[in-house]
Amino acid sequence: MLGRKASRKEEMIRMKRKDNRKPDELRPLVIKAGVIKEADGSALVSLGKTTAIAAVYGPRTTFPRFMQQSNRAIVKTYYSMVPFSTDERVRPGPSRRSQEISKVTREALEPAIFVEEFPNSSIEIYIDVIEADAGTRTAGINAASVALADAGIPMRDLVAAVAAGKIGKDFVLDLEGKEEEVTACDLPIAYMPRTKQITLLQMDGELPPKDVKKVIETAIKGCETIYEKQKEALRKRWELNHDKEE
Amino acid sequence: MSELLKKEREVVLPGDKIIESMDYLPGRNCFREGESIYSKRLGIVSVRGRVISVVPLSGVYVPKPGDMVIGEVIDIQSNGWVVDINGVHEAYIPLSGVREYVDTSRTDLSKIYSIGDVIYAKISLASRNTVHLTMQDPKAKKFRGGMIMKMSSAKVPRLIGKNASMINMIKEKTGCRISVGQNGLIWVEGENVPLVKKAVEMIERESISEGLTERVSEMLDKELAGSDAGQKGKPEGGDDKNEKKG
Repeated sequence: MLGRKASRKEEMIRMKRKDNRKPDELRPLVIKAGVIKEADGSALVSLGKTTAIAAVYGPRTTFPRFMQQSNRAIVKTYYSMVPFSTDERVRPGPSRRSQEISKVTREALEPAIFVEEFPNSSIEIYIDVIEADAGTRTAGINAASVALADAGIPMRDLVAAVAAGKIGKDFVLDLEGKEEEVTACDLPIAYMPRTKQITLLQMDGELPPKDVKKVIETAIKGCETIYEKQKEALRKRWELNHDKEE
Repeated sequence: MSELLKKEREVVLPGDKIIESMDYLPGRNCFREGESIYSKRLGIVSVRGRVISVVPLSGVYVPKPGDMVIGEVIDIQSNGWVVDINGVHEAYIPLSGVREYVDTSRTDLSKIYSIGDVIYAKISLASRNTVHLTMQDPKAKKFRGGMIMKMSSAKVPRLIGKNASMINMIKEKTGCRISVGQNGLIWVEGENVPLVKKAVEMIERESISEGLTERVSEMLDKELAGSDAGQKGKPEGGDDKNEKKG
């Protein structure tokens, strides 16, 4: 009886993970650095059906002047979803949601940047989600972090981000839109793998503390995979010409 | 124990560990954490004695005293001029930085440099938030006519080449007058401006490959031969203009 119950649950999970992913497997991940010519740095990150583009400008003098900080650079982030990114049209312009995500994105990236090296200036990060199927804030952070490195901004480490949750008794990584509806919790984190520091941790839903720990562990493992891909993307862009030399 | 984890001239990313040793010192664009030295930004590893530094591959121009830069006068104040030099902050030419004797109660500063003038100036002072320029240098001048091009400031050394070999070759072949600013702005005047543009774009694209001078030279020869066949053909035209060097 018990065994039968478990197998049915497993079947349910398999149904939920319709792309036949393992619970701790990411969606197909594509990272490209240097996609926008006019920006100082840029990147595209695509996780399954979620795609985000980030462009970084600066550091440049902060304007208006009263916003200048004489001991550090300020980081400005602008997250937005383009109107055609979901099945229902997204109204363009800032919304309550986009402002909140801009704020948490900034707070996730700021600890990695040596802001004290550029007093009175600002670093501007523009993130546009062109296709959304859950996990847009984490895709945005991944893209922004690669774009920052591409722009030659001094950083302690790259920031990788991914969400995890719990469906049935499985801890699942990188939830997609359909899974977000059935998960017990949706927990996005941003993580600096070298220093092992978490810079963003949010959670929707309810879960006992010991399960939350497991979910975080799952997400951290995912971050490490993304981190390697981020580095690979940057190397690919900048080593392209370098290899010819040897 | 003290072994380089990254080879010299290897591409490193922010957070990459370069060496684990207290025998070495972190130089430009590097930082120490614990016993190890890490890279702060995307660049190439360089070891000078016991100092490890990273030569950037991208990023905004960082002013260095002694650099010759190209800038546009954007404002006139009571005691000097404000110049946009394509860096993080605007630069300033104090009255002590010009060759002329100026009595502020009698002289109109716009008679010397007015808004919109493009100048070639030397950086006399550079701190994190102020940059001073001086025109008291034999090479400093105000440009009349010509065209301004932009490239990544990190790639300017390649445009100049060893002992200015690259830039002299381009000047010779195209017969254009060229001035290169360390900030990534290039002033060109002459008949073959589009060809210079093509060469600059090629250098920017293939900046880290070997034998670049030869390849640019080949490209210029081919283009010149092509245009000569179509037009009247005056290959040695404008050679006398090379006398004035940038």
